Amino acid sequence: MSFPITLTVNGTRRSVVLEDARVTLLDLLRERLDLTGAKKGCDRGQCGACTILLDGVRVNACLALAVSHDGASITTIEGLAVGEALHPVQAAFLEHDGFQCGFCTPGQILSAVGLIQEGQTGGDPERVREGMSGNLCRCGAYAGITEAVLTAHAALTGPDVLPGRQLAEDAA
Amino acid sequence: MKAFDYIRATSVAEAVAAAARPGAAYLAAGTNLVDLMKGGISRPDTLVDVTRLPGLDRIERGTDGSTRIGALVRNAALAHDPVIAKRYPALAEALLSGASGQLRNAATTAGNVLQRTRCPYFYDTASACNKRDPGAGCAALGGVTRSHAVLGWSEHCIATHPSDFCVPLAALDASVEIAGPGGPRSVPLEAFHRLPGDTPERETVLEPGDLVVAVTLPPEAEAFAGHSRYLKVRERTSYAFAVVSAAVGLRMDGDRIGQARIALGSVALKPWRARAAEDLLAGAAPTPETFAAAAEAALADARPSGDNAYKIELARRIVVRALTLAAAGTPDRVPALPASPFAPNPSAPNPSAPSPLAGAPVHA
Amino acid sequence: MPERQRHGASIGQPLTRRDGHAKITGAARYSADVKPEGLLHAVMAVSSVARGRVAHLDVAAAEAHPGVVAVMTPRNAPALAQSPDLKDHPFAFRLDLLQNDGVRYANQPIAVVIAETLEAATEGAALLAPRYESERVSVALGAGEVFRPETIGAGSATDEGSGDLAAGMAAAETRIEATYDTAAQYHNALEPHASVAAWDGDRLTLYTPTQALWIAKGRLAGLFGIPPENIHVVCHYLGGGFGSKGFIAAPQILGIMAAKLVGRPVKLVTRREQMFGPVGHRAATRQTLKLGAARDGTLTALDHHTLTLTSRHDDFVEPSGILSRHLYAAGAIATTHAVSRADIGTPIFMRAPGEASGSVAVESALDELALELDLDPLEIRLRNYAEVEPITHRPFSSKALRECYAQGATRFGWASRPRQPRQMRDADGLLVGWGLGTATYPAGMMQGEARATIRADGTALIETAAHDMGQGAWTVLAQIGADGLGLPITQVELRIGDSNLPNGGLAGGSTGTATSGTAVDNAARAAIAALADLAVNDRASPLYGAGNAGVTAADGRLARRDDPARSEAFGEILARAGRTSVEAKGQGAGDPATRKAYAMHAHGAVYAEVKVDPDLGQIRVTRLVGAFAAGRIINPQLVRSQYYGGMIWGVSLALHEHAVLDPRSGRVMNGNLAEYHIPVNADVPAMEAILVEEHDPHVNPLGIKGVGEIGITGTAGAIANAVWHATGVRVRDIPITLDRLLG
Repeated sequence: MSFPITLTVNGTRRSVVLEDARVTLLDLLRERLDLTGAKKGCDRGQCGACTILLDGVRVNACLALAVSHDGASITTIEGLAVGEALHPVQAAFLEHDGFQCGFCTPGQILSAVGLIQEGQTGGDPERVREGMSGNLCRCGAYAGITEAVLTAHAALTGPDVLPGRQLAEDAA
Repeated sequence: MKAFDYIRATSVAEAVAAAARPGAAYLAAGTNLVDLMKGGISRPDTLVDVTRLPGLDRIERGTDGSTRIGALVRNAALAHDPVIAKRYPALAEALLSGASGQLRNAATTAGNVLQRTRCPYFYDTASACNKRDPGAGCAALGGVTRSHAVLGWSEHCIATHPSDFCVPLAALDASVEIAGPGGPRSVPLEAFHRLPGDTPERETVLEPGDLVVAVTLPPEAEAFAGHSRYLKVRERTSYAFAVVSAAVGLRMDGDRIGQARIALGSVALKPWRARAAEDLLAGAAPTPETFAAAAEAALADARPSGDNAYKIELARRIVVRALTLAAAGTPDRVPALPASPFAPNPSAPNPSAPSPLAGAPVHA
Repeated sequence: MPERQRHGASIGQPLTRRDGHAKITGAARYSADVKPEGLLHAVMAVSSVARGRVAHLDVAAAEAHPGVVAVMTPRNAPALAQSPDLKDHPFAFRLDLLQNDGVRYANQPIAVVIAETLEAATEGAALLAPRYESERVSVALGAGEVFRPETIGAGSATDEGSGDLAAGMAAAETRIEATYDTAAQYHNALEPHASVAAWDGDRLTLYTPTQALWIAKGRLAGLFGIPPENIHVVCHYLGGGFGSKGFIAAPQILGIMAAKLVGRPVKLVTRREQMFGPVGHRAATRQTLKLGAARDGTLTALDHHTLTLTSRHDDFVEPSGILSRHLYAAGAIATTHAVSRADIGTPIFMRAPGEASGSVAVESALDELALELDLDPLEIRLRNYAEVEPITHRPFSSKALRECYAQGATRFGWASRPRQPRQMRDADGLLVGWGLGTATYPAGMMQGEARATIRADGTALIETAAHDMGQGAWTVLAQIGADGLGLPITQVELRIGDSNLPNGGLAGGSTGTATSGTAVDNAARAAIAALADLAVNDRASPLYGAGNAGVTAADGRLARRDDPARSEAFGEILARAGRTSVEAKGQGAGDPATRKAYAMHAHGAVYAEVKVDPDLGQIRVTRLVGAFAAGRIINPQLVRSQYYGGMIWGVSLALHEHAVLDPRSGRVMNGNLAEYHIPVNADVPAMEAILVEEHDPHVNPLGIKGVGEIGITGTAGAIANAVWHATGVRVRDIPITLDRLLG
């Protein structure tokens, strides 16, 4: 049994014939489309390293069966920058040293992009921390991650609350 | 993962017909099922994909004031729906306290209701489990049991139901709408999940082919909106299953409680409605003494199933706290840390005091 | 002699990670991202019993699954040139490589299924449906026969002390005795152990995450009976290591064996649940602290006894008592260790091995003593400040701990802390508590080598088989190299993470930057010397004859020290000499005489604030301030990140991590990332790391101590003490869980 599906991956239409219905989106990206940015940390929806944007929202690619997502649009870390121009979330992660080993980073960044688009956090660091809690970082880069998301949030949505000030109050 | 046939259903009737065959299972987001399949706990022969079924992704207001939540409405969409957040705030808070942002974006209403226990012996296929393998025995008994049931368990199964969402659903008298080979029917959520008894493998009242198509909240459910909370104690601040949780709704009648709704989570194999406690509260003043009595009543039948006696006392205290929080009024917005004891507490002794700067604590 | 540029443009600068762009764009390729032509997928089957033998595997069922190419079991596993149980190296741990059907712990590899697709290999492994002959297991601390190990940790003395303990206890006016349990922990780097292996005859190319490329190469050469130079191990990025990737583990080698068996490249990635057994862990400990003190709080006796577990088949002993040999002055000190065997995977080094588990016990005990004496926790630590290393009486090479205490206390606001517990609440009625812990970790060095090449275009190349698991080697080694060479960092190319490069030693024990950095510095310095030789002996050079006065290197030019206006660009010197490059090697190792003469440790003070729900017991760390002194800081931004990471590990040790074993089966019952809790973002509030200035003229020429592990120490104890301060309840079972606080 084979299953032809078509996906739009990072803006490009890709037609794939799945020889096996068991293939998850994560394994499709990593093993068949050579997009290895999304990482497999647990394969069970418990770490967030595989986070991608699926039809614009962040999800765990490891738990999504590819065959069920025929026609979907996917953004991975490889598709986030526009040419040489980094996405504001990427730039903020670099600026705030929001990572160490880098293994969880693609998932963190996609999760942050999704979180900001969801529009529920504002400039509140506590809501950002809660909203980013689906992405484990074993190196412990959470402080930089939170700062990076707040910076990127301000850049992407305008300064409803200055994140620097919020963080300072939070840390005081 | 075992190889399976894949059928993408285009109508409810087609789905029901396909799933009625032995070895078939419904697939929606897969956030629970795919995990179980990867672990070898579920090994279906056929997956019937219901994600394209028309009309199941809507939240509809009935003319009678009821709210019908389609089976495919995603947890995040549901929690952020203005109607849900306003009329059933505990439901939104419970949803947002569960899992992660990613999982809530994917997981569906029906999938959440149907999620299976996190009992480690259920997940460990090398362990005996009456749920996975009826008659095999329950390896959890006498094992690692800190998280197990304190209500409604049997010697055949001491697992708990892990859903946050189902706890306020039970409190609000929600019902589950089912399409099945025998036609549509509706079952109260409280009767939907089954206690283990001697058939723990039968987790719900669903029969082969039955498809959950909606969850409906009755008209009276929104009467609790003004005094409604979900409280969830867990072992890390977020992205953790509940140790114990409670959903509480109060319909105030002047300065007395007109009607109370209480359900407990992670204490039994189903969301646990505490009707004796509710009866005790009806018509009573919202005082600490009343709340303590209600908590006693709620846990009157509790008994440890292992190394988990602490959950009984914890559950009592959660009931008291949740009642106290609910009595103080539903917050305007779900707190930054939903359902957390670390969310701002409007019923604290000095709620009007400014939050002290860390470094200059309030000395009691 | 050319003068080294110690305070150049790069060292000390908070430069952005040089590997950052690759990591934020997904371009960084980790081992499991590599896909050679013809790649097959391998999946391990692991044992569900903890002791016994595999009686049956349904190999036929696995082989019959579409896509399965081969099933590797003890019957057909490639022969090895040496026993994987051979211990011919201090760091050779016994490995389970399908050489027999025995089972020594749960999750031990028992077979490997190789298939055309990952899906087929995964299901093939499930279809093996093993049957076992199992034996009764013992996994609990102290359940087996307790014995005194020969050594602890990395070959340290089992017992060490000084003074007359009995006399010290007798002289004490106040004594406490308390026993603390710490839980078994599993490293759980987010990147699982993986290997992508390809054989070409008797030559092996291997992509695998390792903290020690050359040690891995040596081990593989022995196991496969081929010369080390036939083995090429590549690891440009590790997705975390924390000690579990220090020495190549069984799953990684099974991937290589699978590739040999099928004659095609194979990728084997450990599944998360398989990370709880064959790749090491931190063993549970039970530590008994007996402290005696004079009325003023000075310790007259410190007795620190550790009971821990090791595997039935190998030896690694968590050295929890070691820090008591260095940390506090006491009239008499005894540190002893005992161990029993259990049917568990062999424990191994895990971030701050010994210091992490030991610190939480010692810091808790010291606060228990302070309570008896009605002393402030900071005061009792100052009264027992070790001016020299307690047991050896050696001077410290440097020790700015007093400054750490002071700066941290000021920043935190410690002075307003009430002495008694349960005195503070926030506006929401939550209990607030403050705690302190002293951080300490040895400033060790290992051995490494680097090569520096100055090229005709004026750029330079630094090469060493060093490892970046997130600590920042890609950046800091380039910073050190740039300053050593007198070049802007943009002109310096760094190559690491490849076993064909000079031996970079081991990224572990907080020694990586000190060791590799010293090697790089020496290589750079030697390359400049070689370049200077070309110039000062060349009559056409403006530097001719400068040999006695010396030259300095800066901005890509050599200049006479006595007349900086007389200078020449690197490229000009090489061009005239008809050379395309000049290269030199440098070694990185501690000076034995200095290391004997001085005690070398990094230090710090961590202040923690927690909130505890008074009724529900749930705990949250709300503030952490750590002040650390660790010699010269090469890159403050990256060092701060290391401290943060360590401190979060301290949060995890104190409140979260806890592998739960079923004593009947020996299986880990929470072997997944949903129930084996490590902190999530919401567990980590505002935190601050203060980089306390410290100049150390002895540790190494650059003055570098390590920073990778010290953050855990101190933090866990500070949190345990803060929980007590909030609640008045002293929990001695670590991690502290809410059920202990329900009262």
